[in-house]
Amino acid sequence: MVEKTTNSMSESIAVKPKAEVNNLNFYYGSVQVLKNINLALASKRVTALIGPSGCGKTTLLRCFNRMHDLYPGNRYEGEIILDTDGINILSRRVDPIEVRMRISMVFQKPNPFPKSIYENVAYGLRVRNESRRNVIDEKVEKALRGAALWDEVKDRLKDQAYNLSGGQQQRLCIARSLATEPEIILFDEPTSAIDPIATMSIEELIEDLTQQVTILIVTHSMQQAARVSEFTAFMYMGEIVEFDDTKTIFTNPSKKQTEDYVKGKFG
Amino acid sequence: MNDKQLQLSKQKQITPKLIRDVRERAIEFLLFLAAFSCVATTVEILFILISESVAFFEKVSIVKFLTDTQWTPLFSDAHYGILPLASGTFVTTMVALLVAIPLGTISAIYLSEFADNRLREWIKPCLELLAGIPTVVYGYFALVFVTPLLQKFFPELSGSNMLSAGLVMGIMIIPYISSVSEDAMRAVPVQLREGSYAMGATRLETALRVVFPAAISGISAAYILGISRAVGETMVVAIAAGLQPNLTLNPMEPAATITAYIVQVSLGDLPHGSIGYQTIFAAGLTLVLITLVLNIAGHFLSKRYREIY
Ligand SMILES: Nc1ncnc2c1ncn2[C@@H]1O[C@H](COP(=O)(O)OP(=O)(O)OP(=O)(O)O)[C@@H](O)[C@H]1O
Ligand SMILES: [Mg+2]
Repeated sequence: MVEKTTNSMSESIAVKPKAEVNNLNFYYGSVQVLKNINLALASKRVTALIGPSGCGKTTLLRCFNRMHDLYPGNRYEGEIILDTDGINILSRRVDPIEVRMRISMVFQKPNPFPKSIYENVAYGLRVRNESRRNVIDEKVEKALRGAALWDEVKDRLKDQAYNLSGGQQQRLCIARSLATEPEIILFDEPTSAIDPIATMSIEELIEDLTQQVTILIVTHSMQQAARVSEFTAFMYMGEIVEFDDTKTIFTNPSKKQTEDYVKGKFG
Repeated sequence: MNDKQLQLSKQKQITPKLIRDVRERAIEFLLFLAAFSCVATTVEILFILISESVAFFEKVSIVKFLTDTQWTPLFSDAHYGILPLASGTFVTTMVALLVAIPLGTISAIYLSEFADNRLREWIKPCLELLAGIPTVVYGYFALVFVTPLLQKFFPELSGSNMLSAGLVMGIMIIPYISSVSEDAMRAVPVQLREGSYAMGATRLETALRVVFPAAISGISAAYILGISRAVGETMVVAIAAGLQPNLTLNPMEPAATITAYIVQVSLGDLPHGSIGYQTIFAAGLTLVLITLVLNIAGHFLSKRYREIY
C-alpha cells in the first residue's frame, strides 16, 4: 500500500528525485522502529515529515546522514539511493563521514560550538581541510548571507556564538550547514525551541533555500509543514501512511488516518 | 472539667509533633556543629599561622624575607630568604606539570571520547588506585628507582634531584587531572558532539575542536587542582629532591621545597618561640597564600566559562 502511494506520487512529481528510500527498516537493538519505508525526496524542494510523537520521524531523518552509526546496536535494512551518483547511503561500504560531508543537518535545539561566530560557520570547511583564508572568508560570508544573518553579525564575527539570541543561534547553525554546500539539508523540528518571530524568519529562510538545496524537514506543526513544504509524508507507528503533495495531504488526503491527524483529531 | 479534657486531648495530639520537632532541631544542631567545627578548625589554623608569622616578621622584615637569596635559619649566619625554597617548589611543580598535564589530558580525552564502556570501567579503577598509593611510596620509588634510571642517561645527576621528584610527582597527580577533566568532558551535551559529527568531523576532530573547548572551564579547574597538589606535596620531594635550600632553576640539582623544609624542621626539636620555630609558620603561610591564589584563580576561571553551553 505504501508503494502504491509512492508510485502515484512519483507520477505527480514533475521534478526529478534527489534521493530515494527503498524498503527501509530500522532497528534500535532488537526494536524495529521504521517499517518498510518508501519515500522520494524531490530535488531542490522541501519535503516535510509529520506524524504523532514517537512515530519515528527523527529516526528516519537520522538515517539520511547515518547518525545512528554513532551508537552501537543500531541496524539498517534497505537502501537510500542518492540519485546524483547512485550510491546507497546505508551501505556498509559507504563511509558515514563521506555521507555527512554531502548531507548536513540542523538540530532541534540550536547547538553552536563554543567558538566564535566565524569559526562556527567555518567548522565544516576546516574539517574538510580547507585552509585558504580567502576561500574560507568568502564561504563564511556567503553562508551567513544565505542564512539571513550576515547583516546582524558582520561587525562581530569574532564574538562568541553563545552571545547570539536563540533564533540567531539557529540561523547560525543553518549557516554552518550551508557553508559546505551540501546536497541535502535535514531539519529536525528546527523551530520548536525558539520564539514565534524567530520561527517566521527561519521558515522564510527554508523557503528561500529551496532554490539551492534539497530539504527534508521534520515538524510538529502542521501549519509549518503547509507553509514551507511542497511534499508531505504522514508517518504513523514507524510507517509512512501517506505521501503526496502537501496540498493534497492537507485538503484531500486519501487515508482516513491522515485526515484525522491533519484535522487535529489525534497526535 | 470539660476544658481540662479538651486540653488533655490537645496535649495528646501535640506530643508526636513535639517529639518530631525536638528531634529535627537536635539533628539540625548536630549538623550545624559538624559544619561549624570545619570552619572553626580552618579559622584556628589560619589564626595560629598568622600570629606566629607576625612574631616572625617582627624580627625579619618582609622585604628581606622576599628578596634574600639564602635560607639558612639554623646557621649562625642566619638568612631568611624564602626564594631558595620557593624556587625548589616552583621547579618540582613545573616538572610535575610537564608530565601530568599532557598525560592527564590525553587520558581524559581517551576515556571520555574513545574508550568503550567496558574498557573505561577497567581503566578508571586503575587510575584511582594510582591516586590511592601513599605518597611516601612514591617518594621511595623516585629515590631508589627513577633516580638510578635517570643516572644512566645523565651520569652527573646527583642522588637527590628535583627532576626525579618532579617526574614521580607528575605521575602521582595524573589521576586527579584526568578524572576531573574527564568528568568535565563527559558533561558536554551530546547535541554538541552530534553537531560536530553531522558536519563530517571524525572522532578526534570532535574531541579536540568541540568537546575540549566546551569543557575548558572544568579542565582548567583540573589543572589548578593538579598545581595545588604539586605545590603542597611533601613526601616525594622531601625524600627524593634533597633538603638543602638551593636557589636554582636547574631540575638536575638537589633543592628543598617549602614543604620539605617544614617537615624537616618540624621533626627537629627547636624550642617553641625561637625564630627557627617561627620560620615554619612563615613558610607555611607562604604556602597557604600560594594555594589560596590558585584556588581563587580556579574559581574565576570556572565562573568565566560557566554556562558556555
Ligand atoms: N536511541 C533509542 N533507542 C531505543 N529506542 C529509541 C531511541 N530513540 C528513539 N527510540 C524510540 O523510537 C521511536 C521513534 O522515536 P523518534 O524519536 O524517531 O520519534 P519522533 O517521531 O521523532 O518523535 P517526536 O515527535 O517526539 O520527536 C520511539 O518509540 C522512541 O521511543
Ligand atoms: Mg523527533
